[in-house]
Amino acid sequence: MTDNKLINLVNISKSYGDNIVLDELNLYIRENEFLTLLGPSGCGKTTTLRIIGGFENPDQGQVIFEGKDITRTAPNERQLNTVFQKYALFNHLTIAENIAFGLKIKKKSKAYIDDKIKYALKLVNLDGFENRMPNSLSGGQQQRIAIARAIVNEPKVLLLDEPLGALDLKLRQDMQYELIRLKNELGITFIYVTHDQEEALTMSDTIVVMNQGYIQQIGTPEDIYNEPQNAFVADFIGESNIIPSIMIEDKLVNILGTNFACVDTGFGRNKPVDVVIRPEDIDLVKPEEGTIKGVVTSLLFKGVHYEMEVHAHGHDWLVHSTDLSPVGSEVGISVDPYDIQIMNKPESEDEEAVELEI
Amino acid sequence: MKIRNVLNTITPKTPSQKNGAGSLGIRNTKWLSFPYILWMVGFIIIPLIVILYYGLTTNDKLLTLDNIKSILDPINLRSLRLALELSFVSTVICLLLAYPLAMILNKSKMKSNSFIVMIIILPMWMNFLLRTIAWQNILERTGIINTVLKFFNLPMLNIINTPSAIILGMVYNFLPFMVLPIYNVLIKIDKDIINAARDLGANSIQTFLKIILPLSLPGVISGITMVFVPSLTTFVISNILGGSKIVLIGNVIEQQFRIGNWHAGSGLSLVLMIFILISMAILSKYDKEGEGGSIW
Amino acid sequence: MVKKFIERFYVGLILFFLYAPIIILIILSFNSSKSRSKWGGFTLHWYKELFKNQSIMNALYTTLIIAFLSALIATIIGTAAAIAINSMKKTPRTIMIAITNIPMLNADIVTGISLMLLFVAMRYTLGFTSVLISHITFNIPYVILSVMPKLKQLNPHTFEAALDLGASPVYAFFKVILPDIFPGVLTGFFLAFTMSLDDFVITHFTKGPEINTLSTKIYTEVRKGIKPEIYALSTLMFIAVLLLLVLINRRNADKREPIKKV
Repeated sequence: MTDNKLINLVNISKSYGDNIVLDELNLYIRENEFLTLLGPSGCGKTTTLRIIGGFENPDQGQVIFEGKDITRTAPNERQLNTVFQKYALFNHLTIAENIAFGLKIKKKSKAYIDDKIKYALKLVNLDGFENRMPNSLSGGQQQRIAIARAIVNEPKVLLLDEPLGALDLKLRQDMQYELIRLKNELGITFIYVTHDQEEALTMSDTIVVMNQGYIQQIGTPEDIYNEPQNAFVADFIGESNIIPSIMIEDKLVNILGTNFACVDTGFGRNKPVDVVIRPEDIDLVKPEEGTIKGVVTSLLFKGVHYEMEVHAHGHDWLVHSTDLSPVGSEVGISVDPYDIQIMNKPESEDEEAVELEI
Repeated sequence: MKIRNVLNTITPKTPSQKNGAGSLGIRNTKWLSFPYILWMVGFIIIPLIVILYYGLTTNDKLLTLDNIKSILDPINLRSLRLALELSFVSTVICLLLAYPLAMILNKSKMKSNSFIVMIIILPMWMNFLLRTIAWQNILERTGIINTVLKFFNLPMLNIINTPSAIILGMVYNFLPFMVLPIYNVLIKIDKDIINAARDLGANSIQTFLKIILPLSLPGVISGITMVFVPSLTTFVISNILGGSKIVLIGNVIEQQFRIGNWHAGSGLSLVLMIFILISMAILSKYDKEGEGGSIW
Repeated sequence: MVKKFIERFYVGLILFFLYAPIIILIILSFNSSKSRSKWGGFTLHWYKELFKNQSIMNALYTTLIIAFLSALIATIIGTAAAIAINSMKKTPRTIMIAITNIPMLNADIVTGISLMLLFVAMRYTLGFTSVLISHITFNIPYVILSVMPKLKQLNPHTFEAALDLGASPVYAFFKVILPDIFPGVLTGFFLAFTMSLDDFVITHFTKGPEINTLSTKIYTEVRKGIKPEIYALSTLMFIAVLLLLVLINRRNADKREPIKKV
């Protein structure tokens, strides 16, 4: 990954009728980056991808590719290729013909095309599939062919629209590793759309969390997970306890009537805030050792850990722990200061959608 | 998070997939098809055997090929050739008119499919004989077109009672049967398939030739059969718009039956059926299980 | 912009081509002149005459009765057959579908002639029943083709679920399967009704001299000139169907509206 900005989206807006899908979106993508657009359905992530691919025209704004404005350029004139949601393979053509499609249009020589087909099939671990028809392949195999068909054209950027969405979980995990390997071998930029936070955390260099047409947060997977900037991101990425609290002063927050030490500063004095605490960051200790006391109300075995709910100070705290505390037992809750994440409370609905300066 | 994976992978596969066809879980439904099978044998298979019997025998129940050979009679041969020509031309015209129409309708995203289908088949609710008769009104010497032409002092158009009028009648009556199958195939093409072609560098003409056209072929073939067969065998359209001088093979057969010459009529029908069978064979090759082409 | 205009113009032209003869027939129904080719002024006379004309009313009655009965019987036989075909294995299913396609793809003239020859060979007098049987024959495929897609969409386990909850197979069929496939059954019925109403060729060969449907009655009048009452009748029928379809469409649109807004 370099610092070279390959694609720059400037003030992109798009609406269908009254429904605003994207509102003045700004985003850049660096060369060689694995960037993921993450968000719930209807957040505008797919529309963003389709605008980059050229399948939708933005109502307003520009798409800059290597310094050139390509906003109105037709998809077939763009130096990028797409892997579609449901693969969109040409069912009337063989696998080889599917892969050769783009190259034949560019009038490449037959030897070159044959070479490329072999190379691409090897890359996606499907050697010898040249003469099969797409219908005779499993979902995972069709997915690989869709990727092979795109990459033989040597695009600078590969756009992937929820490419693993139709696969079952085991296969999806295998494909995640495949995609990371592919990206490393090809050394090109990936723009990846998904609603699966786990997928995003596993594969990306950069995650862009979106909701209702706005970018909520941009950052590395670690940033996004450990330091969500607002309640939406915290709630969407993994499980968490989000508790309305009061920031007493720097490094001290009052949660449900009890003061907790934290590490955040600069929120002012006696200011209402939201506190995010990940369930695995809560330590259950003996009642007298905890900052606050509570009673375990439910217990589920989840394999690697137990999931417990602790009722304390009028709030049900979600706790993940490898140690078991039986239902009904009294426990103390303790949280390390750096595991408490403080977020500004949105003053109105609008502010919930933070517009980020990039 | 790993736990979730385990739980998901052990989810049992749905048993319906084993049966191939969705069997509805009803164990024994075969008997439900018995009335239909009986009906089809009684009123489709046996009648076709009867026509075969009549076509291959004489009045005295002797085996003969004369009925079939009567197609070689110059008058009959000419009527067959004319029917083939006219139905070929009208099929081509229907295709040329219908394909762009189906593409425009597909693109227009009008309120709903059923609305478009309704508009195309609604004319069929006016009796087909009457609609054809109305064309007499439009085309005849004192008809609407000529009245307009006369008003502007333009030369008269004399196509009533000519093969052109018959072609027009065929195109008019059977155009919906070409539009609907093509439209139905086009709307089923995933937009992302077309996007994928564009994405891979194809311009709109290349996308049409390499993707849309081949994918719509089942609809086209189905449309061709559904226009060609009724055009080839019609006797009504030629009767109404062609006057008494133009005789198609359908007219010949109808006439044979009207004068009670059933054996000759059956023989000629068998010849006609050869052409129908050929087009049915082509259709079934392209349209497995009737998925691509049915109009409804 | 220009492209859009050309497209609209093209669609308009085709629709004009399809509807022009219908407009002419409607105009003719108000023409006081008995001749097809002369306009004698506006009149409602033929609409009044229509109901007094016994032979037209008889033909209408025969047409409607045959259309209704043949559609009904074809719907029952066809729906049952569709359910059976749907659960068959691949080979018998392919054979059944091929047979189903025969009357749809075969020329009407051949179907008509073959049925007529069958009735004659069986020494069965041509008349109402022979027409009815013929119409049922060519209607069943339309029903099957309308019901099959609905059956394919059906969740195969709902029937088992009903049995599991204690329903008898017959009860389960009427309460669980039939409601789900009912739109297809209804479409099949309407298609069959329409096809029967519009048929001329097969009726022409199988009807015998005793009865007439509207189609065959019109055909006998082609040479000597159509009675204007016929124009009036078909205008009424066309308008009735038009209203019915508009109503159905409106109702469906109303039903769909709230879901769209979500």
